[in-house]
Amino acid sequence: MEKIPILRMGEFLLVTIQIDMHDQLALKLQDDLSAAISKNASKGVLIDISSLEMVDSFIGRMVADISGMGRILGAETVLVGMQPAVAITLVELGLSLPGIATALNVERGMALLRRKMDADGADDDQR
Amino acid sequence: MADATMSNVFKKNSKQLQANWVKDLAAGSAGARGRISAAELEQQTAEFLDLLAVASEHARASDITAPEFKPIREFLEGVSRSRVAQGFSSDETASFIFSLKKPFFAALRAEVGKDADALADQVWRATELLDALGLHTVKTYQKSREEVINRQQREMLELSTPVVKLWEGILALPMIGTLDSSRTQVVMENLLQKVVETGAQIAILDITGVPTVDTLVAQHLLKTVTALRLMGAECIISGVRPQIAQTIVHLGVDLQGVTTKANLADALALALKRTGTSLKQ
Repeated sequence: MEKIPILRMGEFLLVTIQIDMHDQLALKLQDDLSAAISKNASKGVLIDISSLEMVDSFIGRMVADISGMGRILGAETVLVGMQPAVAITLVELGLSLPGIATALNVERGMALLRRKMDADGADDDQR
Repeated sequence: MADATMSNVFKKNSKQLQANWVKDLAAGSAGARGRISAAELEQQTAEFLDLLAVASEHARASDITAPEFKPIREFLEGVSRSRVAQGFSSDETASFIFSLKKPFFAALRAEVGKDADALADQVWRATELLDALGLHTVKTYQKSREEVINRQQREMLELSTPVVKLWEGILALPMIGTLDSSRTQVVMENLLQKVVETGAQIAILDITGVPTVDTLVAQHLLKTVTALRLMGAECIISGVRPQIAQTIVHLGVDLQGVTTKANLADALALALKRTGTSLKQ
């Protein structure tokens, strides 16, 4: 069965969705990713959906859920590379994904993750 | 069933018929003078009569959808399209065909003679045929006009939504005119596509040229802002006039989470600050 790879880069996890998601795949990704975050004690997750060209309400919600899940497990989640058509569809579906960090591409997403980590680190030091 | 009488008329009296027709055309369409040359009219009428002669020889006279009438339909489509381009009105275009009736009926009378039944029969057939052809001409005329209108509408849409790059990583979209759903859709798609192409971090939506903002327009703006955020870009709305600010507050539209500025200069200054660029005077 096909599977979406989860790559580990230091304390970050990188998920690149390169095929059109179907429901089963999205559910499996949710399981795999939450397991990987807790196993590696990752501090940040970067989800690249630049190759995703079609979404329906289910996949839209899955993306939102996965990002939310990452946050609960203590990892900052950044969604990068959303295509214009996908963004318009999500907005029309009423899924504005509030509270989820987004960036234009992987490079910017990484920079954003690092900034967030630095900010968190600073908070910890103050305590 | 081929129509012998009618095609006989075309064969025998073609020249006479054409001369009378052209005369009627010139007399009838006073406003058309100068827009179309006599030579061109002459040529069009001759071609039409030739085609009609051929077609009526082979086909049932009243059914212009028959394949025998294809050349004649195409000819009429060409004529009505050129009439649109020359600025003729629809009745002037239709009278091109309908003014053939008088000379044609006269020619039929000469051909049939005193047999009233046969003449009535022939006139009815001729009327049916010419009406169908005339209606086809008007239909094409209308279609050509609609094409012109559609093209202009598309051009206006493109004209009114230019996305400009103000600075490295900063795009601006000056919006002019009333925002409706279809326009916002085009604006949103253009802007998002440009953001992908240029990798911009901040987009400024300038609504100085938008005359009124109602709840629908505000909702369209919010959708654009949300879509931009989903793609990882920030959005600033600028050019909010005092009246519009009042309207938005009175309508109870929630613009929280959206940065708004009174003018484009302030928005640009904020955008530069956010991208970490500083300017010295």
